[in-house]
Amino acid sequence: MKKRLLALSLLISNGVLADTAYVTNEKDDTISVINTETLKVTDTIDVGMRPRGIIFSQDFRYLYICASNSDAVQVMDVNTHQIIHNLPSGEDPEQFALHPNNRHLYIANEDDAVVTVVDTEKRDVIAQIDVGVEPEGMAASPDGKWVINTSETTNMLHWIDASTQTLVDNTLVDQRPRHVEFTDDGKSLWASSEIGGTVSVIDVATRQISHTIRFKIPGVHRDKIQPVGVKLTADGKYAFVALGPANHVAVVDANTFEVLDYLLVGRRVWQLAFADNQTRLLTTNGVSGDVSVIDVDKLKVIKTLKVGRYPWGVAVKP
Amino acid sequence: MKYWMAFCGIVTRELRRFWHQKARLVSALVRPLLWLVVFAAGFRAALGIAIIPPYSTYITYDVYIVPGLAGIILLFNGMQSSLSMVYDREMGSMKVLLTSPLPRPFLLVSKLVAGALISLLQVYAFFALAWFFDIQMSLLGYLFAAPMLFVTAIMVGALGLLLSSFIRQLENFAGVMNFVVFPMFFLSSALYPLWKLKESNTILYYIAQYNPFTHGVELIRFALYEQVNVMAFVITLLTAVVFCGAAIYGYDPKRGMHNRKAGR
Repeated sequence: MKKRLLALSLLISNGVLADTAYVTNEKDDTISVINTETLKVTDTIDVGMRPRGIIFSQDFRYLYICASNSDAVQVMDVNTHQIIHNLPSGEDPEQFALHPNNRHLYIANEDDAVVTVVDTEKRDVIAQIDVGVEPEGMAASPDGKWVINTSETTNMLHWIDASTQTLVDNTLVDQRPRHVEFTDDGKSLWASSEIGGTVSVIDVATRQISHTIRFKIPGVHRDKIQPVGVKLTADGKYAFVALGPANHVAVVDANTFEVLDYLLVGRRVWQLAFADNQTRLLTTNGVSGDVSVIDVDKLKVIKTLKVGRYPWGVAVKP
Repeated sequence: MKYWMAFCGIVTRELRRFWHQKARLVSALVRPLLWLVVFAAGFRAALGIAIIPPYSTYITYDVYIVPGLAGIILLFNGMQSSLSMVYDREMGSMKVLLTSPLPRPFLLVSKLVAGALISLLQVYAFFALAWFFDIQMSLLGYLFAAPMLFVTAIMVGALGLLLSSFIRQLENFAGVMNFVVFPMFFLSSALYPLWKLKESNTILYYIAQYNPFTHGVELIRFALYEQVNVMAFVITLLTAVVFCGAAIYGYDPKRGMHNRKAGR
């Protein structure tokens, strides 16, 4: 028994049990599957039209995909890579968040200015909540109390009480908020503003902005610095911010909010996801059609690999 | 044993001469540093670098040109060292050495090796400075690069030696700079990837492809990333052998080009 455990731990420490990353290719209507150990595309799966947001169920059995132009959230069986059914998502679903109850999916419907709440078991719409114009980013707090939506044109974060499915408050942030991310302890919320060029850190208790992070890359015009995807390490050390057409990922000290470095990746870096126990960070680079891999310990980009056209979202299965 | 002593003597003399010419080291480092700090900064945003081997991700322009700048150090030093033969063979130490009983090819190759070793010292001094500008390779990459830098240094040094067999006066060095060094440098992959050159001028692209200096630079580039570019290695090595052979021929008092040119 001890020998087996030792062999298993060696396998894990050697990284043989690699993670699998799923990347939506917006223009190809496909998903590229990447082995994070070999950093090679192992499969390409046809899905609905214009796939963007992508998220796993908590047990990693199902993969939810926002097929925006198919007006559906597709559910894929992760073992067979088959689409098993569609969920009623409302029009033009772009991003979503799965509630910690592993059942309620909160979907931003960009064209309708609503957030649709879908019961993934009953496959029913249980609520539609009016929010600002062009809803986009979605996040659920770790304790399940809050669901946050960002509206790109209204420039607000909308606080949805998950127990009543009602909008209870708004926080004004900089122009065109794109993405929101809770810290692991649920005390702070990071929101990127694409046109504003900033990331706002919001205190969840007061729902007020506590810090605003600005970015400046030598040689890159400030108009090109458009923060989108944000990821925070579980140890509370770093925040990574994808800076869109600036083609860089900013590394931020999550405690002092100081920008530590800018890492060069592909063109129009959009969304981010951790892999291999947060030792690697994957970035989707839309215009160059590739995925860059960042070594989180060394803060270096180690590889960039081609996927389909216009990769948008990325989700990782351990 | 006498060969070894003569070899050590030539190398030691060149090293001593280099050591006493501090300005030579400084100027050898200032040139590539200007390219790296000023030129690369200006072109950082202007030139998009696609992912081409040996790179596995996107790189900034300053990272791209470092192997090329190592190449320019080798090229300038190789030329300078070999062309100093024009002076040396008339009134310097080589005048004595060339009349010694040791075979002339051995003396010339020793001189080439000595020049190459000095070039390597300069390149590694440049790598150390580039480190502070955040251009950092792995330790293994720096080690891998040493033999490749040496082969390239021998190649350009041998070319300089060959040219020196034609040149009667040191003043002709300016001509060599204009007609050999600069075209070799600009028509290579040192400053821009060849696919970029192909986009604007196919003829120049093919000239650059047949430029042995391009292969020397690519050999260094791959080695710095712990890879071997076999084709570049073969071409650089063969070119080095051919240039060495031609230089030895050129320095042969009976058959040499210099001899015939001088009408002796």
